[in-house]
Amino acid sequence: MDLLRFFTAGNVDDGKSTLIGRLLFDSKSISTDIIETLTKQSKTKGIDTDIDLALLTDGLRAEREQGITIDVAYKYFTTPKRKFIIADTPGHIQYTRNMFTGASNANLAIILIDARNGITEQTKRHTILSAILGIPHLVVCINKMDLVNFSEEVYNNILLDFNAFAKPLQLKDISFIPVSALAGDNVVSKSDKMNWYAGKPLLEFLETVEVKENEQNNAARFQVQYVIRPQTTELHDYRGYAGKVFSGSYSVGDKVIVLPANIETEISKIEKHQQEVETAFENEPVVIHLKDDVDISRGSSIVKVNELPKLDKEVEATLCWMDNAPFVPGQKVLFQQNSFVTKGIIKEISKKIDIHSFENIESDGTLKLNDIAKVIIKTADNITYDNYKTNRNTGSFILVNENTNNTVAAGTIG
Amino acid sequence: MKQKLDYLDQLENEAIYILREVAGQFEKPALLFSGGKDSICLVHLALKAFRPGKFPFPLVHVDTGHNFPEALQYRDNLVKEIGENLIVRKVEDTIKAKKLQDAKGKFPSRNALQTYTLLDVIEEFEFDACIGGARRDEEKARAKERIFSVRDEFGQWDPKKQRPELWNIYNGKINKGENVRVFPISNWTELDVWNYIKREKIELPNIYFTHERECVVTESGQLMANSEYLKLDGSDVLTTKKVRYRTVGDMTCTAAVESEAYTIEDIINEIKEAKISERGATRMDDKISEAAMEDRKKSGYF
Repeated sequence: MDLLRFFTAGNVDDGKSTLIGRLLFDSKSISTDIIETLTKQSKTKGIDTDIDLALLTDGLRAEREQGITIDVAYKYFTTPKRKFIIADTPGHIQYTRNMFTGASNANLAIILIDARNGITEQTKRHTILSAILGIPHLVVCINKMDLVNFSEEVYNNILLDFNAFAKPLQLKDISFIPVSALAGDNVVSKSDKMNWYAGKPLLEFLETVEVKENEQNNAARFQVQYVIRPQTTELHDYRGYAGKVFSGSYSVGDKVIVLPANIETEISKIEKHQQEVETAFENEPVVIHLKDDVDISRGSSIVKVNELPKLDKEVEATLCWMDNAPFVPGQKVLFQQNSFVTKGIIKEISKKIDIHSFENIESDGTLKLNDIAKVIIKTADNITYDNYKTNRNTGSFILVNENTNNTVAAGTIG
Repeated sequence: MKQKLDYLDQLENEAIYILREVAGQFEKPALLFSGGKDSICLVHLALKAFRPGKFPFPLVHVDTGHNFPEALQYRDNLVKEIGENLIVRKVEDTIKAKKLQDAKGKFPSRNALQTYTLLDVIEEFEFDACIGGARRDEEKARAKERIFSVRDEFGQWDPKKQRPELWNIYNGKINKGENVRVFPISNWTELDVWNYIKREKIELPNIYFTHERECVVTESGQLMANSEYLKLDGSDVLTTKKVRYRTVGDMTCTAAVESEAYTIEDIINEIKEAKISERGATRMDDKISEAAMEDRKKSGYF
């Protein structure tokens, strides 16, 4: 059984939480004690329909009080075909940074559209953010079909509008499903009220969609997280580099280069869970040993001589500003790319991106909460990287404020 | 080259990655060990992450004094077997030193009191990161918490100030006095934990499996093991039942469930069919109010 991580985005009014509640409820992933609690809460809130499924995902007191989703909630369910991790993210522009948090690890996005309203500013924003994050699959659920008499025409018009809007975004894979989350049409089982729709209901779609990793290239990428040195009498000379294979594979005997130090050597041994293995594959946590005793520390990359990444002290990136305090020109930050950290500075804000139209707007030199901009970042040490489009792991980074320690921005290189 | 990974491999890989990030980013981390199945899994994952080296952190047990003796026995055996350091701090001592009011009632739970001891031990050893076995599927406030959850110098969680947490990038930068709670198995469900225990053949305290036990039935119908810590009166009826535990917390706040499950396979089947959630079935501490967990976390609970 494999795993699919997806995220949902949308306003409360679009029925996002209701849709998730429906998936959990109809796939029998909610326990009776939780249903009891929800029934009680729904009654106190004066909701007549059976239970308010949105109460399932709004886990904080402030969210329940205001009836909005503020932060990401993670939910889990399993069918006989797959395990699912849902990141339920807020729709409101004010919480875009929380949406980014939930979406960054997802392989699929569900965009909800209220059939009565068609495409809104929010639909555009979420679709554009999904494109920036390079989410491999996009499922557009046209919800509340019951309120438009399950009309095929309404559905088709929204579909045309969406495709016209999304064309410049170059999304790889878009699917459309007409649903009614409240009543359950086309969520878990196929609706008998929309026979004109020939596709799969949502759950079946999620169960069968091929999980595509974002990485297009299979160049081998590995970063040292931690150096294992037992320093005991028996293991006096043991020196192993612990980390995860981000992409590609490594085998004993491979000629490698350690970056940014730029030292050439060879892999002498690979261990996985204390067992020696010949090859380490993508996503595996392993311990790599090198033939030569070289000086490597946390954050160093080990790459193959014939698959070199880029190495530079200056990168172009798309940045989302996430701090409440706006960017201060000249402000020094820490640039963190997985386990690699160096000092950096935003040298130039080339242009901003309108997150409702995807159009470039001229930069006024400012960066405020939830702004998205093309920037040039200069760093103290060489960064070992790939473009985000080719490698999500080595093409992404965060910026940390040295003074407050907050994560102030997230970026994708290229 | 790619290999099709099973979901358990993916969860394991993620947890090991997070544990190594803790080792790489912090000066003085600790692993909070309760003797329950989730923290037992954490120890197993740490063995995979750091052997043949030693753990870059000690195990810390906040001992409420209301433990199941089986869990303590298991803890001591495990520590001996793996040869790692264990630090134990007792809630009993905190109550005396700080002149706190001990828990009252028929089932006097020290669940809330252990926060004092936890914060004290963090201060005593200047721990900057505490690894815990909490999972997001347990409770709806936990479903909202980051994997690296920053706490202020009072140990408080502020859900409105959570840092964005993207991709594989964990920001563990803190100021002196603050600490980070780290939850490597955030994305595991109860069933995932059991499937993992089965796959990895991890040994558990025997109270997770069916056994006969003298219990008292609470007003809400839960089964509480009879022990010296309960304050029973004449109205309580003791009955002997075949039970097991789904979670192992304190004897005073963890209820048993009736069960015939002798093996891990039996347990997995039981959970698949169970209609009541893990905490709902077994924890009295969450029943107080809808935001009970959120409130405890805000005051320093893990």
